[in-house]
Amino acid sequence: MQYILLIYGDESSGADMSAEEQGKTMQEWVDYTQWLRDKGWYLAGDALHATTEATTVRFGGTAPVTTDGPFAETKEQLGGYYLLECKDLDEAIEASSKMPVRGGGVEIRPVMLFDDEGRPRQ
Amino acid sequence: MIRALGDFDLAEDAVQEAFVQALETWPVRGVPANPGAWITTTARNRAIDRLRRERVLREKTETLTQLAELEGLGGDETDMSAIPDDRLRLIFTCCHPALAMEARVALTLKTLGGLTTGEIARAFLVAEPTMAQRLVRAKRKIRSAAIPYRVPPPELLPERVPDVLAVLYLVFNEGYAATEGPLIRVELCDEAIRLARLLHAPLPEEPEAAGLLALMLLHHSRRDARTGDSGELVLLEEQDRARWDHDMIDDGLATLDATLLRRQPGPYQLQAAIAALHARAPRPEDTDWPQIAALYGRLALMTPSPVVELNRAVAIAMADGSERGLALVESLGGELDGYLPFHSARADLLRRLDRRGEAAEAYGRAIALATNPAQRHFLEQRLEEMKLTAP
Repeated sequence: MQYILLIYGDESSGADMSAEEQGKTMQEWVDYTQWLRDKGWYLAGDALHATTEATTVRFGGTAPVTTDGPFAETKEQLGGYYLLECKDLDEAIEASSKMPVRGGGVEIRPVMLFDDEGRPRQ
Repeated sequence: MIRALGDFDLAEDAVQEAFVQALETWPVRGVPANPGAWITTTARNRAIDRLRRERVLREKTETLTQLAELEGLGGDETDMSAIPDDRLRLIFTCCHPALAMEARVALTLKTLGGLTTGEIARAFLVAEPTMAQRLVRAKRKIRSAAIPYRVPPPELLPERVPDVLAVLYLVFNEGYAATEGPLIRVELCDEAIRLARLLHAPLPEEPEAAGLLALMLLHHSRRDARTGDSGELVLLEEQDRARWDHDMIDDGLATLDATLLRRQPGPYQLQAAIAALHARAPRPEDTDWPQIAALYGRLALMTPSPVVELNRAVAIAMADGSERGLALVESLGGELDGYLPFHSARADLLRRLDRRGEAAEAYGRAIALATNPAQRHFLEQRLEEMKLTAP
């Protein structure tokens, strides 16, 4: 089973961290990612630039419209993701619970997989 | 079955077909020596047949895997010990935190409780199609998110057992004081108790599971005394204690006493201890109200809530007098204005203090909030009594 873990948090909260604190946080994430690899769960993962750097293309009109900013303005923003291969939801929950975050949350979405003929795989 | 098939619907259908076959053949051929195992074997064969047909039609590799696993299950036809284990796995799956609370309740009652979709719908005041949809969505979530079919490992039990207990508590409460129709829905209480036993027996080290079981037994022991001949509400202090189920009380007390020895108190154990004090009192006037008030005080520290404070205030009223109790009750008015027991408790204390005009007004507020006919009828009677001599 593949799951995407969408990491939400208040992106403004990290702004006033000292260089030392930032370094410590980075290390926590490095250790965490290594733990995911050791578990055999890790497929991919990235941090994202803040929503101030986002661009959105919207559909529904006569032509797609491109604007500055995230798709939705939210109190907490999408800050990163992991793509994991886990046996079941409890493993994905375990992976989420161990994330070095102080606030916010993680949305776990099962990924729809298709074979080469476009037929659903599970 | 569900374990091998990973699919509730296929397993359910297979079992249904097995029952149908049983109804057709047993009257003619006689009931087999081990009916439960017969059903399981027949259901398994039915499922294998269906999977074979689907393999021919669709050629999915997953189906072949399921087939291999199912046929590999084999098993001694007379081995019944696996069955309670499966039911325990089912409870944890149905009560998984990834499912919405109402989905957990519905799925638990449907899968383990043997209630029909219609019965569950009526118990929780929703239309039957709505409940059917709720069940469909819950099963789909289990499949799509791959919620595992298992008893959680020991390190997860501390957080998962409360999820199950919350569902059972909800089911029991709905049976104990039904929102509509007859006040008591015995079959829901019986079901909740049965499932609580199922959870408690293999997990004796979970004190709150025992606490909840004890609580349910002690409350349910009063079922025959709580309503009168026409289904009207009978208060605790007016109940004929000879009509309490004393075997059930003994069972509840024994369960509670055993679990208190573990010295890991929790909210359900505390509530059970309060119920035990009522159960142990031969007459209402023998009730140890100061101790009940103290226990509510401890409960308030563990799970602070205005409802707990209300119960504590009522106990204090019984122990120290209505004046003192009323003052405490009224201090909760802000938070509990929409809560029927607040108004009925306040009304009762005013009644005891012979402040009839104010009592009548409070009964009126309570009646406006009453959804259950038996409750409403009782409150209306009290209101009439208050009006009789009000200025």
